[in-house]
Amino acid sequence: MAALLEVRELRTEFRTGAGLVRAVDGISYTVEPGETVAIVGESGSGKSVSALSILRLVPDPPGRITGGTIRFAGRDLLRLSENEMRQVRGGEIGMVFQEPMTSLNPVLTIGRQITETLEQHRAMDRASAQRRAIELLSLVGIADPERRLRQYPHMLSGGMRQRVMIAIALACEPKLIIADEPTTALDVTIQAQILELMKDLTRRLGVALVVITHNLGVVARYANRVNVMYAGRIVESGSAAAVYRTPQHPYTMALLRSVPRLDRPRRSRLDPIEGQPPDLTRLDRGCSFRPRCRFADEGCAAARPALETAGERDHLAACFRRGALLGAEAAE
Amino acid sequence: MSLALPNETLLDRSAAGRPFRRSLLQRVLSFCVREPMGTLGLVLVLAMLIAGLGADWIAPYNPTSNDFTAMTEPPSWAHPLGTDQFGRDLLSRIVFGARTAIIVGFTCAIVGGVVGLVLGVASAYFGGGVDMLFQRVLDVMMAFPLIIMALAVVAIFGTGVQNVIIAITIPLIPRCARVVRSSALSIREVPYIDAARTCGLGHARIILRHMVPNVMAPFLILLTAFVGQAILAEASLSYLGLGVQEPVPAWGLMLQGGAEEYASTAPWIAIFPGLAIALTVFGISLFGDALRDALDPKLRDR
Repeated sequence: MAALLEVRELRTEFRTGAGLVRAVDGISYTVEPGETVAIVGESGSGKSVSALSILRLVPDPPGRITGGTIRFAGRDLLRLSENEMRQVRGGEIGMVFQEPMTSLNPVLTIGRQITETLEQHRAMDRASAQRRAIELLSLVGIADPERRLRQYPHMLSGGMRQRVMIAIALACEPKLIIADEPTTALDVTIQAQILELMKDLTRRLGVALVVITHNLGVVARYANRVNVMYAGRIVESGSAAAVYRTPQHPYTMALLRSVPRLDRPRRSRLDPIEGQPPDLTRLDRGCSFRPRCRFADEGCAAARPALETAGERDHLAACFRRGALLGAEAAE
Repeated sequence: MSLALPNETLLDRSAAGRPFRRSLLQRVLSFCVREPMGTLGLVLVLAMLIAGLGADWIAPYNPTSNDFTAMTEPPSWAHPLGTDQFGRDLLSRIVFGARTAIIVGFTCAIVGGVVGLVLGVASAYFGGGVDMLFQRVLDVMMAFPLIIMALAVVAIFGTGVQNVIIAITIPLIPRCARVVRSSALSIREVPYIDAARTCGLGHARIILRHMVPNVMAPFLILLTAFVGQAILAEASLSYLGLGVQEPVPAWGLMLQGGAEEYASTAPWIAIFPGLAIALTVFGISLFGDALRDALDPKLRDR
């Protein structure tokens, strides 16, 4: 099956006062139709910028996509005109943002904000757009949709607003939804509801999902595949199960280790990753994780490791020291 | 689907099911209680509006007809505010002058305000080079005081009500655009604008539908200030002989000519039109200030 989304060597740069920031530095990944792919990384690793790059909404200036291709449903999005791109946004790719509190316009009713997208892409008249909006609201599990349509965002709870955002993203039956930290601003029980909802809907409607998160729990439970990003690059990529069971990159290992877990003794200390993510304006030739890596040696400073097959088929990792890493893992 | 949690809907119903909404009358009343000075302003503005709109019924005389048997008469029962040197009833001229002031004041404020609103929001929305260029153009326009700019425009287009409106509207545009832009800049950064873009909406739609309604509060306050400024500017231009022309009744015009000549012998010719200008502008300012307090959520609950 042809991939729905195929990102190849995507580069996005920001010109800042401090210098050139390669926020996304040649990342490649694919998303198959109906699949859920997670992009994981800490703040500043370039995961959100990579998502905005797909929709070509990186603020320019200072940002700019400087290379690569983004093939979506057979077309290179980077070559489309701005008008064609607007048809893609909201029409073929929907997006859900992190902040349900501020992602809805406070002065417009919920109904207006849903029908607006429909009118834009589907040339629907008011009445049928209204009907579709009611349908969408019940689809995302909002009770009494007719009344909700007439309400303003401040009358809804955070979880409900995120459901509305999902309804807007789904409005035009897109093939792909990009969710940028969709649950970060919600409390834990609502997070679970929203994630279940997204999982259920993507499966039922056959929509592919790219979910950007720093929550490894989300990844484990909902993603088919995982791309781990660090300093603008993908350092490990593979099926969610494989990445969890046998992480092949020291960063992924450290990330998994730093998560508090219920199956460990309660008073044991967390094992955080020491140090800070690197300053993206002054990266050297070597592996960017090297300063924080337990396994780094001189070889890691000489060049940047490329993604290579590690372990299973489709499981890739960018590390020179995988041998030592696996040895240490086995010893523990 | 079992995802609509009964808990969430229940909670929401109590909070949002009955939206907190007061009738217009209730809101006006609570405004009056909290803002006594604003109420005074509102009363002055309403008085002026009623006078201007109902001039045909309120004015006891024709404002342009002369009564040569009663020239420079002091206030009396027949002429409550006296007459001018041509025997025209001052009260009638002031009432009809209110109409001129309303036409000029509101037209200038609304046209200048709306044009400035759209330009200001667009400038903030596009940002970058467009914004930079536009702001420098505004700087140039703002370098001239309102009345100087208006004088220059009148010098080009000539006098008369229509040209006065144009002359006052043009310098109001950059003043509005500047203020609106600064409010719109903060809205530009709010995620719902990005969200609107990810829905594939066009620039015009985002500017008009999503950004403009969010700068309405500062815009409305600005608009009231503009009405006052425009009335004052019209009076100044007319006083200088570059605005509304005789015999059209206009307050600035009434201060000119006879008012100066007879200042010591018939002071009422100057006092009453001057009072009309002062009270109107004062009223509008008071109302605008109160409106700002009422619309500013930070000051609302004091």
